[in-house]
Amino acid sequence: MSDYIEGHNGPWEIVLGLEVHAQVISKAKLFSGAATEFGAEPNSQVSFVDAAFPGMLPVINRFCVEQAVKTGLGLNAQINHRSVFDRKNYFYADLPAGYQISQFLQPIVGKGVIVIDLPDGRSREVGITRLHLEQDAGKSLHDQHPTKTYVDLNRSGVALMEIVSEPDMRSSEEAAAYLRKLRSILRYLGTCDGNMEEGSLRCDVNVSVRRPGEGLGTRCEIKNVNSIRYVQQAIEYEARRQIEVIEEGGKIRQETRLFDAGRGVTRTMRSKEDSHDYRYFPDPDLLPLDLDPAWVQRLKTTLPELPDAKKARFMADFGLSPYDAGVLVADQETAHFYETVAKGRDAKLAANWLISELFGALNKAGVDIANSPVSAAALGGLVDLIADNTISGRIAKDVFAEMVETGKDAAAIVEAKGLRQVTDTGAIDAAIDKVLVQHADKLAEYRSGKEKLFGFFIGQVMKATAGKANPAMLNDLLKKKLAG
Amino acid sequence: MSLDRAAVRHIATLARIRVSDQEADALVGDLGKILAWVEQLGEVDTAGVEPMASVVARKLPQRADEVTDGNIRDRLLANAPEPAMGFFTVPKVVE
Amino acid sequence: MTALTELTMTQALAGLAKGSFSARELAEAHLAVMERHRGLNAFITETPEKALAMAGESDARRKRGEVGLLEGIPLGIKDLFCTEGVLTTAGSHILDGFKPPYESTVTAKLWQAGAAMLGKLNMDEFAMGSSNTTSYHGNVKNPWTRRGDNRDLVPGGSSGGSAAAVAARMAMAATGTDTGGSIRQPAAFCGLVGIKPTYGRCSRWGIVAFASSLDQAGPLARSVEDAALMLQVMAGHDPKDSTSVDLPVPDYRAGLGAGVKGLRIGIPREYRMDGMAAEIGALWAKGAEWLKAAGAEIVDISLPHTKYALPTYYIIAPAEASSNLARYDGVRFGLRVPGGSLDEMYENTRAAGFGAEVKRRVLIGTYVLSAGYYDAYYLKAQRLRSLILGDFTKAFEKVDAILTPATPTPAFAVGERMDDPIAMYLNDVFTVPVNLAGLPGISVPAGLSEDGLPLGLQLLGRAFDEATLFRTARTIEEAAGFTAKAAGI
Repeated sequence: MSDYIEGHNGPWEIVLGLEVHAQVISKAKLFSGAATEFGAEPNSQVSFVDAAFPGMLPVINRFCVEQAVKTGLGLNAQINHRSVFDRKNYFYADLPAGYQISQFLQPIVGKGVIVIDLPDGRSREVGITRLHLEQDAGKSLHDQHPTKTYVDLNRSGVALMEIVSEPDMRSSEEAAAYLRKLRSILRYLGTCDGNMEEGSLRCDVNVSVRRPGEGLGTRCEIKNVNSIRYVQQAIEYEARRQIEVIEEGGKIRQETRLFDAGRGVTRTMRSKEDSHDYRYFPDPDLLPLDLDPAWVQRLKTTLPELPDAKKARFMADFGLSPYDAGVLVADQETAHFYETVAKGRDAKLAANWLISELFGALNKAGVDIANSPVSAAALGGLVDLIADNTISGRIAKDVFAEMVETGKDAAAIVEAKGLRQVTDTGAIDAAIDKVLVQHADKLAEYRSGKEKLFGFFIGQVMKATAGKANPAMLNDLLKKKLAG
Repeated sequence: MSLDRAAVRHIATLARIRVSDQEADALVGDLGKILAWVEQLGEVDTAGVEPMASVVARKLPQRADEVTDGNIRDRLLANAPEPAMGFFTVPKVVE
Repeated sequence: MTALTELTMTQALAGLAKGSFSARELAEAHLAVMERHRGLNAFITETPEKALAMAGESDARRKRGEVGLLEGIPLGIKDLFCTEGVLTTAGSHILDGFKPPYESTVTAKLWQAGAAMLGKLNMDEFAMGSSNTTSYHGNVKNPWTRRGDNRDLVPGGSSGGSAAAVAARMAMAATGTDTGGSIRQPAAFCGLVGIKPTYGRCSRWGIVAFASSLDQAGPLARSVEDAALMLQVMAGHDPKDSTSVDLPVPDYRAGLGAGVKGLRIGIPREYRMDGMAAEIGALWAKGAEWLKAAGAEIVDISLPHTKYALPTYYIIAPAEASSNLARYDGVRFGLRVPGGSLDEMYENTRAAGFGAEVKRRVLIGTYVLSAGYYDAYYLKAQRLRSLILGDFTKAFEKVDAILTPATPTPAFAVGERMDDPIAMYLNDVFTVPVNLAGLPGISVPAGLSEDGLPLGLQLLGRAFDEATLFRTARTIEEAAGFTAKAAGI
C-alpha cells in the first residue's frame, strides 16, 4: 500500500518522524515545588530554583517519575531501570539557568510501539524510539513592547515527557492518526491532558522525502506545530517543497523550520540557523535514577484498560464494527458513557445513538461528554423505549431533541406529549382506509402502475397519526391493503 | 591539541562572552597551555574503568508532588535589572 | 586579661556562659579589630549593625536560658554564601548589587545556633583561585609577612578573606568553601585549622555553585576544637540538596581527646614531589614522628594516580563551572550591560562581569564539553576520578588516616608564582585529590617556615570519618604547640 506523491518525474515517498512534548499532569514541577496550573498571573508560579538563582538546586518530583513510567508502559515500551539526567546547555531568554535538565544517553523509557487507526479502517504499528523526562522552558512574549521581550517563567521547570517516534510514518494521515492515538493513550493514563491549544501537547515533525526503495533523504524539522490539522498541512507543504527543490536539481539543507499557519507554509527559523552544540553532560546536582523493578511491575497492574484493548473488547462483547468501536474508545469518558448505555441493552442501537445523535448535539452545544445535557442513564432510558416499541426511531429523534433542551427524561416527555407509538393494527388499518378514500385518485394511479405512490400513502398515514404509527407495521398493513 | 583564534572565538560564542582580538590571542596561548597540560591524562589506561557517576553512593532522593513554592513574584523580581509589569525583560528577540 | 579577640571560640563560649562578658561586647571587640585591619581587605561587606543586633538578641536568649551551640559567637561569612538581604557577590562584578531573597542552609544553621554575622568575606572570584588575587573587590593581604620583608603576601584562596579575617582576629571563625583546596590551603597559609568535610556532609543549597560535584562548605578556625564545633553546626542533611547525605552528625568534639593510639597513619610516597621545599618535607617527617610518639603506626602507602589529580580537576571543575555560570546573564539579577540584541547583551554583560581567570575556566570548560571533545577530556577525566577514588579506597584498607603536607610552599608574594595559570594551579597539588574522591581533609598549623610563615600539615580520611581527622589533628596541634600570631595583630 503506497502513499506516494507524484512528482514531475516519478513517485516520491514521504518519511515522517514525530517528536512530541507532553506536559506531565502533576501538581508541582519536575524539580521544584512551584505549581503547574495553566493561565496563572505571570511569574506567580516560579520558585528561585525555576528562576535559576545563585545556589539553587533541583530535587526530583517522584510523581513525575511515576507518570513517565506509566506512559512508557502504556506505549508498550521498555522501562529503563537506570536513567541519568543530563544538562543540555544553551542560552535563551526563557531558559534561566542557561541549561535545561533533560536526559540524553540514558532515558527513562526505551523502545516501544503503538497501533494507529487510519480513516480507511486499516491499522498499523508505529515504533516509539524513546521517552525521556525534561524541564519545560518559560515563555517569551515578543509582542508586548516595541524593543523588549517579556519573560514569564511560570512554565519554566514544568515536567515534560519527550516522546520520539521511529521514522515509520508515510503520510500526513498517518501522522494525524499517530497523534490522535498518542493523545488518547496519554489521556487514558491521566499522564497528560493532550491539549494542543493550551500547549500541553506540542509536536515537532521531521520530514524527508525519497524515491521509493532508496535510503533516507535529508530531513527538516518543523518545530512546535500546535494542532493536528496544522501538522497535516505542514507535512503536505514541506513534502512538496522538498520534492520541488530536488526535482529542480537542488539539495535539501538540513534545518529547523516553523509552520506559518496563516500562510500555510514552512519557513526557516532564524534563531536556529547556527547548529547548537548542547555540550550534554550528567547533571552533577543529581544522582542517577534507579527504579525498583518490583515497583514498575506493581505500577503496570494499576494501568486502566487502554484504547486498543477497550476497542477489541467492544468489538468482541458488543459486536461493534472496528470503526464504531474506534470512535467510541477514542476518549475515555465517551467509552465509559457508552458502556453505561449499552449495558443490558442493544449495544449496536446504543452505539448508533451516541455516534449519530449525541455527538452532534454535543458539538452544537459546544460541550464535552462530561458535561452532556443528556446523561448516560437518560440516554439508556430512551433506547429502552425504542427497544420495547413504545416509540419509533423517528419519534425518538424528536424526544431526544427535547431531552437535550429540557433535561427531562424520555418517558416523561413521551407521556406528556402523548408520543406513544400506535401499534394497534386496527387503528392503523382505520387510518390507512381513511387515507385511501381521501386520495382515491392516487389509489387509482397506484393500481395502474405508479408504484412510487406507496411512499406518499405512508407519508399521509404518518401525518394523520401525528407520526406515531409504527413504521414497520404501517408498511406491512399498507402492503396488504394495496395488494388485497 | 592546538587551539587557533577561530576555535577560541567559537568557544567564546558558545559561552556568550565577548572577546576582543587581543584577548583572543592571549587566550590562544593560555588555553593552549592548559589543554597541553591536561593531555597527560592520555597516558593512563582507562579501558574498562567506569566514569564516576556520582560522588555520593546513594539513591536519588525524590520529593512528594506537593505545591510548596511560588507566589513570590516581588522577591523574584527584586534584583532584576529591568523588570516590567511583573515580567523580566530582555532586548527583543526576533524569531 | 586576654583581649576578647584573643580567645578561641571555646574559651569565648565559656566566658559568655560565666557572664564574664556579653555577646554584644564580644561583637564590639571584633568590630573594632575589623576597623583596625581594614587594610587587609578581608571583608567585602561589613555588617556592624546586624552583628550588634544579632549579638543583642543572643544576650536576650541567654537570659531566657536558650543557649545554642554557637550562642553569641561573631563569625565572618565567605561571600559565596547567600545571606538574605545582605549583598552577596561571590567576589565578582557580575553579582553587583545582588541581595539574595533567601539564606543558605549552612548560614541559617549558624544563626539558628546563636551566632552573629560580622560581614561577608572577600574571596577569589567565583571561588576560582588559590591566592585571593582574582576578586573584583581587590586582593586580600595575608596578615603574615616574611621576616625582614614587608612585601604583601597572599592569604591563599579562594577563601582568602576568611583566612585573613580569622588569623587577624577580626572574626572568631569563618565559613569557607573548598572545591580544590580553597579552605585547607588558605588555612595553612594563615596558620589556621581548616576542614573540608566529606562531599555531601554539608548542604550546598544557597551557596553560589562553582563545581557542583566538588564544592563543600567548611570552617576556618584557630583551633581544632573550634573547627569541630563549627562543623558540628554547619553539617547535616538538607532535603533541598539532592547531593546532601542523610546521615546523623556525630558530636565532633566528643572524641577529640581520644588520641591516636593504635591508629594507622599512611604516608603516600607520591606526595613527595619535585620542587617541594626542604622545610616542608622536614615538617612532614616531624608530623609523622609526633603521631608515632603518640602511639600511631606509620605505614608507607601508595596513591598511584596522584599526579593526574590536578589535570583531572582542571577538566572537571571548569566543565561544571562553565554550565553553573551560564545563569549569570544580566537578566534576573546582578550586572547588565546593554546590547542591541539578546546575544549582544549576554556577551557584553559576561565580558564585563567576569574576570580573566573566570573567563579562562569557563572557556576551558566549554571546550572540554563541546562536540568531539567530550570523550577525550570530560569522560576521560571522570574515569581518572574513579581511579583516584580507587587509590584511596585501597589505601584505607591499610590505614585510618593519611598524613601529607598541606601546601608545596608557604604563602607567597603577590606576583610570585603567577606568570602562567598552571604555576598557580600547582598550589593545590596536595589538596585536590580528596575533592575528586569526595573524601574529607583537614589542614592544621604545624610549624613556621624559615621566613617565619605558617606551615600546615594535612590529614585525609575515610568518607564521613571526620572524627578520626579531628582527633589526629588534635594530636598534631598539641605536639606542634603552634601559638604564633602574625606580627601587628
